[in-house]
Amino acid sequence: MVIVGAGECGARAAFALREQGYAGPVTLIGAERHLPYERPPLSKDGMAAGTDSIRTIADAARFEAAGIALRLATEVVSIDRATRKVGLGDGTEVPYEKLLLATGARPRILPLAEGSRNCLYLRTHDDAGAIAQRLRPGARIVIVGGGFIGLELAAAARGRDCTVSVHEALPRLLARAVPQDIAVVIANAHRANGVDIHCGVSIAAITDTDHGVLVGMADGAAIAADLCIIGIGAVPNAELADQVGLAVENGIRVDEQLRASDPAIFAAGDCCSFPLPLYDGRRVRLEAWRNAQEQGALAARNMLGADALHDTVPWFWSDQYQLTLQIAGLPDEGARTVRRDLDDGAFLLFHLAADGRLVAASGIGPGNSVARDIRLAEMLIARRASPQAEKLALAEIKLKSLLAA
Amino acid sequence: MAEWIEACAAGDIDEEDVMRFDHAGRTFAVYRSPDDEYFATDGLCTHERVHLADGLVMDDIIECPKHNGRFNYKTGAAKGAPVCVNLKTYPVKVTAGKVLIEIE
Repeated sequence: MVIVGAGECGARAAFALREQGYAGPVTLIGAERHLPYERPPLSKDGMAAGTDSIRTIADAARFEAAGIALRLATEVVSIDRATRKVGLGDGTEVPYEKLLLATGARPRILPLAEGSRNCLYLRTHDDAGAIAQRLRPGARIVIVGGGFIGLELAAAARGRDCTVSVHEALPRLLARAVPQDIAVVIANAHRANGVDIHCGVSIAAITDTDHGVLVGMADGAAIAADLCIIGIGAVPNAELADQVGLAVENGIRVDEQLRASDPAIFAAGDCCSFPLPLYDGRRVRLEAWRNAQEQGALAARNMLGADALHDTVPWFWSDQYQLTLQIAGLPDEGARTVRRDLDDGAFLLFHLAADGRLVAASGIGPGNSVARDIRLAEMLIARRASPQAEKLALAEIKLKSLLAA
Repeated sequence: MAEWIEACAAGDIDEEDVMRFDHAGRTFAVYRSPDDEYFATDGLCTHERVHLADGLVMDDIIECPKHNGRFNYKTGAAKGAPVCVNLKTYPVKVTAGKVLIEIE
């Protein structure tokens, strides 16, 4: 069993193979030099703390004890599907019986920023270290992109007393994945914390200066900054799959068992697009930590012949300042929204399809105030439940009681 | 030296639910199971030190509100990724309608 990509997904898959009782050789190949580590803290508390600590998924001893051969700092340059071998950057080959591609995604590049020394992207631990080093008190930080990476970094930078502005091309923040009411709460939190937010603006030029960077806006304004951080989305690492003739469609195309267009090859995590049974097989690609974990574990089972379906509810979270946002399901599947207000300004939005089925729930509030309800909502969504809108709106009615109904 | 500390009234926690209890600079989670027994564990998840009392109790499992790490709150056993370190548990007794936990 060979796994390409040693992030959350690949590492979980490797351990899952052992948990399933597989006793043959397992090789986990990663491009980075670090042991597999958790990425979420890179833009959140890890960045706020600015420490060089790395939260590994498991230490070297655990990989060794599990008999997982780790090949770090190693590029996979080819896949020979006929003879079932992957070719590595050093010229050696590793044979496989089943192959899992968990190659992840990489930041989308802003062509205007090409060659700039003062424009950085965030994906890896080393990227985070380079950014953290430059978030000094008083530093002027321009963030291009009002998505999760940009906003979490904005919050972290404010926590380190930087001057921060965020520039988003779309008319509002988090337009892709987050309902407007929640995006408004997040925007207000950033403004209250001194972040200068501009939506509906585009970048026309980026020029390095002696000590920083000059970001020219389409309306003619120019902003001088010490550092520009670009967070305009991610693209799946699907080139290798494409080169060897696997179907690629917004990432490596897999079926509901995470199998690519070659039955010996699976793909999981950020790099793949897959059909969601919950939404009539709608094909999606998710860049989310829990999805990476779940798909890694499921792919491992299916590499061993389990033929299990990937039928879960998408879920993710974001931390910014004291607020945590959680979303279960895909809110854009909803035709109407029911709001439930909780204590301390926290609230939930239930997204109902035209036929009344609960298809998503989103919530925001201080700390973990919405976590339990979003989890319960997730269970309702998984059951394809159609709870009464009037009950969803009333905070006195426990969601757990709806689950029992 | 271990001593029994009053955490809450028995009726303060619903069945199949959990409550946070802070004492002497430490934080605990006190549970009432679906079959009306009481249990106590350390209050913070062993993965990222999140308060478990914000999580969801289902049967004998507490699920961390942050990353869905799961523990059996009766035994403290971690139930798989992302949690791999067990949770410390504490003896509990209910006396005169009060839930007491034994803290060393």
